[in-house]
Amino acid sequence: MSRSVRYTLFFVGGGLVAVLFVWGVVGMPSFGSNFHPYRDLAIGATIAHGTANAISSVNFDQRAIDTLGEETIFFASVLGAAELLRPSKEERERRGDHTGVRHVMASTRFAGYVLLPVTLLVGLDVVAHGHITPGGGFQGGVVLATAVHLLYVAGSYDALERVRPVHLYEYGEVAGALAFVGLGFAGIAIAGSYLSNIIPYKGFGHLISAGNVEVLNFAVGIEVASGVIVMLSHFLTQAIALHGGPHE
Amino acid sequence: MSYYPYFVAGWLLLIGAFGIVRSRNLVHAVVSLSVAQSGTYVLLLSAGYQRHAPAPVFGSTTKPNLQVVDPVVQALTLTDIVVSATVTALLLALAMQIAKRHGTVDPDQLSALEG
Repeated sequence: MSRSVRYTLFFVGGGLVAVLFVWGVVGMPSFGSNFHPYRDLAIGATIAHGTANAISSVNFDQRAIDTLGEETIFFASVLGAAELLRPSKEERERRGDHTGVRHVMASTRFAGYVLLPVTLLVGLDVVAHGHITPGGGFQGGVVLATAVHLLYVAGSYDALERVRPVHLYEYGEVAGALAFVGLGFAGIAIAGSYLSNIIPYKGFGHLISAGNVEVLNFAVGIEVASGVIVMLSHFLTQAIALHGGPHE
Repeated sequence: MSYYPYFVAGWLLLIGAFGIVRSRNLVHAVVSLSVAQSGTYVLLLSAGYQRHAPAPVFGSTTKPNLQVVDPVVQALTLTDIVVSATVTALLLALAMQIAKRHGTVDPDQLSALEG
């Protein structure tokens, strides 16, 4: 398709979308109004369950089965990326020394090593307290995976490889996903329906208070941290440690 | 009556789609898709916003009450971000393999299908 045909098609289609969008928007409640029927129901359930973070309550308690789907999407995409990025027949993975090409400034290295433990701690805090403060398993998992990769930014690929045995994180990802699914089946056995709450709600003001929410946050945190590390390891292998491809 | 944030969302969607249409680089197309998708974050969050209402996280400053921002759309936005990140990762992986196989990332030069 030539560029001019493509532009014409876009301006016709985009114009139609714009018209429909404006038509839809002017029928919506005004921005910032206090008409939120879903909010009223969700906050009602959140208060009844004594969960301080309403967003975690919605994600892991009121619609936990949707979050299982979301987690499965993440799991499948890590699998897909690993499959797409596997080395081809002509390529071999270079072992050992990749350090010769990279010079890290002393200030970058210092900042990286200072931030590494801080980031790990923040990640753990975001996962562990996702039910009472803003945060949760998805966010904390990404922070944890970032912390591990500060080693690559501040140090070297070899240093990263030493602290990151990828196969262990593959098990970690599966363990996180299985913990979520397993807690769902425990819900059937104990309370009669999938993913229904089986850990008592303690109410506001307790550190461990939100029933299943906290356990599910940990399961998702482990899965996301491991999944991001596995996925990035495949990208890094492609970028750094392969040679012998068709266009090299 | 104010609709301004909704129009920002629509604008992001369309400008992102336009970026994909005029793209000469697959990585640029993937980033444009992320821009289009961020329109959905703005739409969701502005649909749940209420003036002068705090975030839906209760504690010593926000006592449990109904007058907070809608948590349902915030949870949906979280799902949206996770899906966006996974889609971006998959598309970038595809772009890497295309660059290796065909030696180019310009969509206009990738006309021939290969088995």
